[in-house]
Amino acid sequence: MHFLMTLAALSGQFVSDDLKSGLAAVGYGLAAIGPGAGIGILVGQSVQAMARQPEMAGQVRTTMFLGIAFAEALALIGFVVIFIA
Amino acid sequence: MIVLAELFPRGVNELFDWPVIFGKDTIIAFNKTAFMALVSTAICIGIFFVGSRKRRLVPVGIQNVAETGYEAVEKNISVEVMGAEGTKWTPFLATLFFFIFFMNIFEVIPPIQFPATSRFAIPLYLALQTWVIFIIVGFVKQGPFYIFKAITPPGVPKFLYLLVIPIELVSIFLIRPFSLAVRLFANMVAGHVLLTVFAVMCWELSKMNSGTYQLAFIPLPFFGLMAMVGFEILVALLQAYIFTILTAVYVGEAIHPEH
Repeated sequence: MHFLMTLAALSGQFVSDDLKSGLAAVGYGLAAIGPGAGIGILVGQSVQAMARQPEMAGQVRTTMFLGIAFAEALALIGFVVIFIA
Repeated sequence: MIVLAELFPRGVNELFDWPVIFGKDTIIAFNKTAFMALVSTAICIGIFFVGSRKRRLVPVGIQNVAETGYEAVEKNISVEVMGAEGTKWTPFLATLFFFIFFMNIFEVIPPIQFPATSRFAIPLYLALQTWVIFIIVGFVKQGPFYIFKAITPPGVPKFLYLLVIPIELVSIFLIRPFSLAVRLFANMVAGHVLLTVFAVMCWELSKMNSGTYQLAFIPLPFFGLMAMVGFEILVALLQAYIFTILTAVYVGEAIHPEH
């Protein structure tokens, strides 16, 4: 515990700018896994729904866009974090 | 941001910080962002004002554009989400949609190419406006215990309230306006930076720094740029639509709590 605290305190001084950019990029890459999988599952299920019941295609499409926006928001918050840090 | 280091000495901020035109260091400092917001307002007012002057039975020209746009918002957003009584909210939702759309679309129009919604103040203001509206509508339509009713959804066993109440409180009253603002803002920032990166790649390849063979690679970032412009037009429309439909969903939930 004490070791982790010292590590955290020291890393603020010795982490170079390049390392921070690199870590931010890796962080974004990790953050994009979840929304990517989520959007894939979502669109796949909505295609299946549209194939089963073609008369509901309009409503399903609207809900699909809504779901994509929610999932995409998380990936974009990760994108913005690169510029903050 | 090493790719942009030569052309943009201050990094990505150079793409978004515009010099002040007048009123520097006062509260009415005016730069390109404020100007584009005013241009979008003028276009919206222009379309609907000119379109409603001659009221022909079969619309032609600008009247057709205005009527089609308004009906599209009414059919696909108000009535779909809020039911038959959603038509009362269509003026507000149509204003929101067209205002955001015209600010977003200037990202791809050549002389300007800057989306005013990529500065956080504009999406933040619009999201806070939605937040205040849905809280006030909740209190008006559901009585003084609106917040209590919203965070205790029906059909939850009593012992789970310990978990559900903090989750619902944070999710409905804190995360919603924040995510609404950040979604629009981050989409526009990401689009602007991507367009810039592809354009800078094309430009740098055409400068002949290392011989003639590098010219042969120009089609690669150029097709990327073309694809990104098309994608950004879609994103501009989609983000305006998503902001408006989420506003409609939140206000609809405040009017009729979910069953």
